[in-house]
Amino acid sequence: MHETTTSRGPARRFLLAGAALLALGLAGPAAAAWPERPITLIVPWAAGGGTDATARIIAKVMEPELGVPVNVVNRTGGSGVVGHAAVATAPPDGYTIGLITFEIGSMHWQGLTDLKWSDYTPIALMNEDPAGVIVRADAPWKSAKELLDAIKAAPKGKFKASGTAQGGSWHIALGGMLVAAGLPADHVQWVPSTGAATALQDMVAGGVDFVTCSVPEAKALIDAGKVKPLALMGKERNPTFPDVPTLKEATGIDFQLGAWRGLAGPKGLPKEVTDKLVPLAKKVYDSKEYQDFMASRGFAVVYAPPEEFAAFMKARDESTGVVMKGLGLAK
Amino acid sequence: MSAFETALGLVFEPYTLAMMVVAGLFGLFVGAMPGLTATMATALLVPVTFFMPPVPAIAMLVTATAMAIFAGDLPGALVRIPGTPASAAYVEDAHRLTRKGQAELVLGCGLVFSVIGGIFGSLVLAVSAPILAEFALGFSSFEYFWLALFGLSCAVFISTGRPIKGIVSVLLGLTLATVGIDPTAGHPRFTFGSVELTAGVSFIPAMIGMFAMAEVLRWVTSPRAIEDLAGRQKLGNVFEGQGRLLRRYWPNVLRSNLVGTAIGVLPGAGADIAAWVTYALSKRFSKEPEKFGTGHIEGVVDAGTANNSALAGAWVPALVFGIPGDTITAIVIGVLFIKGMNPGPTIMLNNPEFLYAIFIVFILANLLMLPLGWLAIKVFRQILAIPREFLMPLILVCCVVGSFAINNSVFGVGIMLVLGVVGYLMEENGFPIAPAILGLVLGEMIETHFMTSMIKADGNLLAFFERPVSAFLGVVTLTVWAWVAIGAIRRAVGPARARARSSGTG
Repeated sequence: MHETTTSRGPARRFLLAGAALLALGLAGPAAAAWPERPITLIVPWAAGGGTDATARIIAKVMEPELGVPVNVVNRTGGSGVVGHAAVATAPPDGYTIGLITFEIGSMHWQGLTDLKWSDYTPIALMNEDPAGVIVRADAPWKSAKELLDAIKAAPKGKFKASGTAQGGSWHIALGGMLVAAGLPADHVQWVPSTGAATALQDMVAGGVDFVTCSVPEAKALIDAGKVKPLALMGKERNPTFPDVPTLKEATGIDFQLGAWRGLAGPKGLPKEVTDKLVPLAKKVYDSKEYQDFMASRGFAVVYAPPEEFAAFMKARDESTGVVMKGLGLAK
Repeated sequence: MSAFETALGLVFEPYTLAMMVVAGLFGLFVGAMPGLTATMATALLVPVTFFMPPVPAIAMLVTATAMAIFAGDLPGALVRIPGTPASAAYVEDAHRLTRKGQAELVLGCGLVFSVIGGIFGSLVLAVSAPILAEFALGFSSFEYFWLALFGLSCAVFISTGRPIKGIVSVLLGLTLATVGIDPTAGHPRFTFGSVELTAGVSFIPAMIGMFAMAEVLRWVTSPRAIEDLAGRQKLGNVFEGQGRLLRRYWPNVLRSNLVGTAIGVLPGAGADIAAWVTYALSKRFSKEPEKFGTGHIEGVVDAGTANNSALAGAWVPALVFGIPGDTITAIVIGVLFIKGMNPGPTIMLNNPEFLYAIFIVFILANLLMLPLGWLAIKVFRQILAIPREFLMPLILVCCVVGSFAINNSVFGVGIMLVLGVVGYLMEENGFPIAPAILGLVLGEMIETHFMTSMIKADGNLLAFFERPVSAFLGVVTLTVWAWVAIGAIRRAVGPARARARSSGTG
């Protein structure tokens, strides 16, 4: 008997303390001295990938500035739907933010979710990796121009390309490039894959003719001499791969598209939070640690403050919608 | 060679080594506990490995499973309950030997030949994986389709029990694999409007549920008392007489190493099948087959070697093709993806130092088995004395934490609980669980590779036989199917004919 009462005592006290804490948390406005507890940074993609790595370096630079831990949490699955929904539906108290990606402008066109860019509080655009056009090392096309000419000359569906899932960023990049070249968006047959790595391997094995994905994703196979990049759908060349021309340089087609990543919170973040977070995101972006890390991975960096970021997402959303209709993917 | 040196540095780091010892003790404990399997040890370790760099994480999984497979021999010999299914084949012999007062011999035999089998399998892995990876770089979706289908067929046909139950189990797994976003069309399927379900039935919570949660349920519904035979004997030097066994049975050891590794490499079949097959082979080729089952060491030597060599063999298809060789490597593949080391033929190009580190870890884990295994034999009685009333709630907690941690969502816990109940009901009714798990893992793979192949070939089914390697794999798979079908027809027709004949004469 004695034993049970003593063991129950502390437990009850603990419970009471917990309840009190909970009550405090509910009563006090979160923004009073934001941040006063750890912040969760949601990543809609798996640990180990590019978005995850970017989020982790951002969290690392942010932590000492905020004075609280910034925990990177991967919420994967559903082609990014699960993670993006987790950010949008979190309470807008500044304690849950996310590193949202290109897919927020494509998923809703496919009917996977109702969420779009306007469901978030933009904080900062942090990076954009332009799509590359990559072929086997022994491919007959020596340049992007030769490849595009061959595609133009071939009947619809003759050429097969891969790079990511149906309707994913690199699929849109392909469709957009074809439209810019004066072809139907679906002139090249898309072969969906689980990611750039599997697509590249399949191309090496002779499964598809070419792959659209970012050049850093193909680095290991480029170094091994198995594949070669022909062009980059960016404004300028990537300093890590100075020999790869932009699509405009290679073919005269002025088209740019990349997979971007940006910090955002649920819609309606309090001003107290954004007043701190927006300058902090810029500070992270400017930090040597962030710049060095991104350069080491070959990721291209680009920054945009909240309003510009929102306008950027809106513009991307609309152009993606046009391409997806051309691809027959939009509902 | 610098990649190899980097790998050495990664493994021989105090943190990694310490984690291996911890995982080794954990594996011994789980293996020695009747009912707790090596697969379960792996599943329970996954959440722990989340917070680790890749090499220590993989080192923990390798060490824990190797130890668990060996430790399964302990309760088999001493209390006649195999600690893991991989020890079930020779539990009768091992136990009778103990009754005859030869506990040291049989336990030492389990230990020494586990180490030999483990090291042999590790060497095969280290030699064959890089070569196969180079070859597999030429594999496209056509080849992968056949490989995955072949793996799934093996899972059904080789699994213990009746094939029809294996087929039901595999179909259940395949059905679960269709939930989520259609990999080809990109449309949600069977998600019922749930955001969480668009991610599909997450595989690690499913695994934890079917293997660990189901065992907790089984214990709750029918707690078993364990007869303690161990206390009746004092254990002397377990290494005595092992040299003599090795000299006498070296052809057996060689054969079981080869067969065990080969079965491990085969997708879908792992340590337990390897033990059953080599035990049967041992009996067939033995000079004294009549002694099997009465307390004869020969079968223990064979199957004890094979189950550990199969363990390493299973990593070959897992690393090279991303196709699991058994249920343990099915989990390992998930962990590899989480750690950003995508298994597949490019693993050698992307992370060579990591591949070497796995090989070194394998050898090291098997060497570590000698001292740790010896220790486990010494303290086995204390392990067994731990009341299940403490152990089972602890496992339940691990199940919940593990399935939550995989995607930081309560939904994972839900998957774990539901599939725990499903797994329990299946086991109780004689349906094997492994085919369901492999169906869940390989289902999406088969579908994706079939659909992408069809897109590439513009719908021409014959394209599956146009590439030479693909054609070969296709013929092998279809031959296995035909062989099993003919066997089934014969069995169905045979008794009928016999009846007809006997009624004709009578």
